[in-house]
Amino acid sequence: MSALGAVSVQFTREQLAEVRRLQALYPDKRAALLPVLHLAQEAFGHISLEAEEYAAGLFDLSPAHVHEVVTFYSLFFREPRGRHVISVCHNLTCHLLGAQRVLTHLKKRLGVDVGGTTPDGGVTLLSVECLCACEMAPMMQVNDRYEGNLTPEKVDRILAELR
Amino acid sequence: MSELILTRNFHLPGSHTLALYRETGGYAGLEKAFAMKPAEITEEVKKSNLRGLGGAGFPTGVKWGFLPKGHPGPIYLVINADEGEPGTFKDRYLLERDPHALIEGMIISAYAIGAHLGFVYIRGEYVGPWRIFRRAVEEAYQAGFLGKNILGSGFDLDIIIHRGAGAYICGEETGLISSLEGKKGWPKLKPPFPAIRGAFGAPTIVNNVETICHVPHIVRRGAAWFAGLGTKTQGGTRMYSVSGHVARPGVYELPVSVTLRSLIDEHAGGLPNRRRLKAVVPGGSSAAILTAGEIDVTMDVDGLKNAGTMAGSAGVIVMDETVSIPDALMVVARFYAHESCGQCTPCRESTGWIYKMTRRIIEGKGRKEDLDTILDVARRGAGTTICAFFDGAVGPYISYIEKFRAEFEALIPK
Ligand SMILES: Cc1cc2nc3c(=O)[nH]c(=O)nc-3n(C[C@H](O)[C@H](O)[C@H](O)COP(=O)(O)O)c2cc1C
Ligand code: SF4
Repeated sequence: MSALGAVSVQFTREQLAEVRRLQALYPDKRAALLPVLHLAQEAFGHISLEAEEYAAGLFDLSPAHVHEVVTFYSLFFREPRGRHVISVCHNLTCHLLGAQRVLTHLKKRLGVDVGGTTPDGGVTLLSVECLCACEMAPMMQVNDRYEGNLTPEKVDRILAELR
Repeated sequence: MSELILTRNFHLPGSHTLALYRETGGYAGLEKAFAMKPAEITEEVKKSNLRGLGGAGFPTGVKWGFLPKGHPGPIYLVINADEGEPGTFKDRYLLERDPHALIEGMIISAYAIGAHLGFVYIRGEYVGPWRIFRRAVEEAYQAGFLGKNILGSGFDLDIIIHRGAGAYICGEETGLISSLEGKKGWPKLKPPFPAIRGAFGAPTIVNNVETICHVPHIVRRGAAWFAGLGTKTQGGTRMYSVSGHVARPGVYELPVSVTLRSLIDEHAGGLPNRRRLKAVVPGGSSAAILTAGEIDVTMDVDGLKNAGTMAGSAGVIVMDETVSIPDALMVVARFYAHESCGQCTPCRESTGWIYKMTRRIIEGKGRKEDLDTILDVARRGAGTTICAFFDGAVGPYISYIEKFRAEFEALIPK
């Protein structure tokens, strides 16, 4: 994840080499767009309009085409997010087993609403559809990790480790 | 206990490594497969009665048979690891705990259909499973199970792992193909079916992770053995994801002839806190709900179809007597409203409006005509859309309301 502050939308030499590798990998160059957007988000923290234009240039696509793709997928962030992202599953099994309590607890602890980021830029809180880990409901995703069988105490421990 | 096939190594430390996979007989099916003619493998898979385990339950060998014969250009094998059906988590277990089973299944399946490039489309949220699977693919390349001239057979196969980016609809096979091609995940009108015109315009077979993991066992032990594990119309075992109000939520691999009652009471340990069962969703959230009185059904594709619901992805969500069915429907309706790709008017509009109506019902602001309006809109839209997403939403809309109507009515002001 990127540090706070200005980021210039420009891949490094190594990243550009990776873009070219990905574009050559698929039967059609355009198929590399999703992996390259993942790479862009890793490099720039989020995918701004400027980043969309930059990606469009790498693919000889119109910026509108890239925009259409970026806005379709929930994992592409168009605004800066916190250093950590917490996504609480609110689908059926988690709902039955207390997702609302988990979410309420997180909102209180973080002092933000769903979709918000703490003022220090530490954590973005989201409420999402099924993450397909219903055996550990209620559960949430913390950055790359799944955390399940959540209780308020366990949530507090996870938050403490993030700081 | 019945024999475990797909999950037999799950309890072993290192079950995701090549070393352990080989020690336990892994990749042993390959030699036998390469000694067979591709068409013989397809025939064997047909005879095994293996049916797709991603949701639709289509006979796998029959699907492979739809590929054009003697096609001059490339053919692709695409593995659907976009697992997104609420209540389902089995493919995550396979990717994390037995990734080489999927790779071996892909090699044999690709050989059978004549594909030299295979894609594995993994949902974007599955970062851990993706890393484990990626590592397994590297191991397989190093050991000569992937790449050129696999085990001296003259057969080549490369695998590309493609990560999704968060969209349930990319689990639908044509939406998945759009997403694989670098576009938004809009499903495409069928026909043409992917087997005729799929990824990058080429004939493409899309199969679920679990479906393909069965293939090496079928080749090794024979179609008759596999068919014999199941019912007349569906062979084998499958992995049931059980969650909700049960003592032991988790993945249970069982012959498809297991009953829902036995799955809940014997395998998943029954309901905790001495509570009574109220309802069960037997095949992922798109399956019609069953009441406590309807669980003496077998969990195969046809058993559940005859019970008016579907086996779907085999995600079993158990609800005890404390659950409010209108509240549950609101949650399910929110999901479909959020995930509709928006291409078809009936789907886009109905999912949005039905969510609003279920919400106002549970907020005590429902109107007398709301229930019939939902049923009417659902029935009219069913079967009119580009993909089966909307039909999947109609299952819960209609069944929750029809089977628990009094509970909804009690919330609506007189
Ligand atoms: C809305 C929708 C979502 C789907 N999601 C998945 C999924 O997450 N995983 C999957 O394997 N199949 C999913 N399917 C089924 C696929 O379209 C397709 O039938 C399946 O991948 C074929 O593989 P199989 O024959 O091995 O089951 C979905 C279907 C629909 C209509
Ligand atoms: S049925 Fe719904 S999800 Fe499927 S293509 Fe139409 S709008 Fe999209």
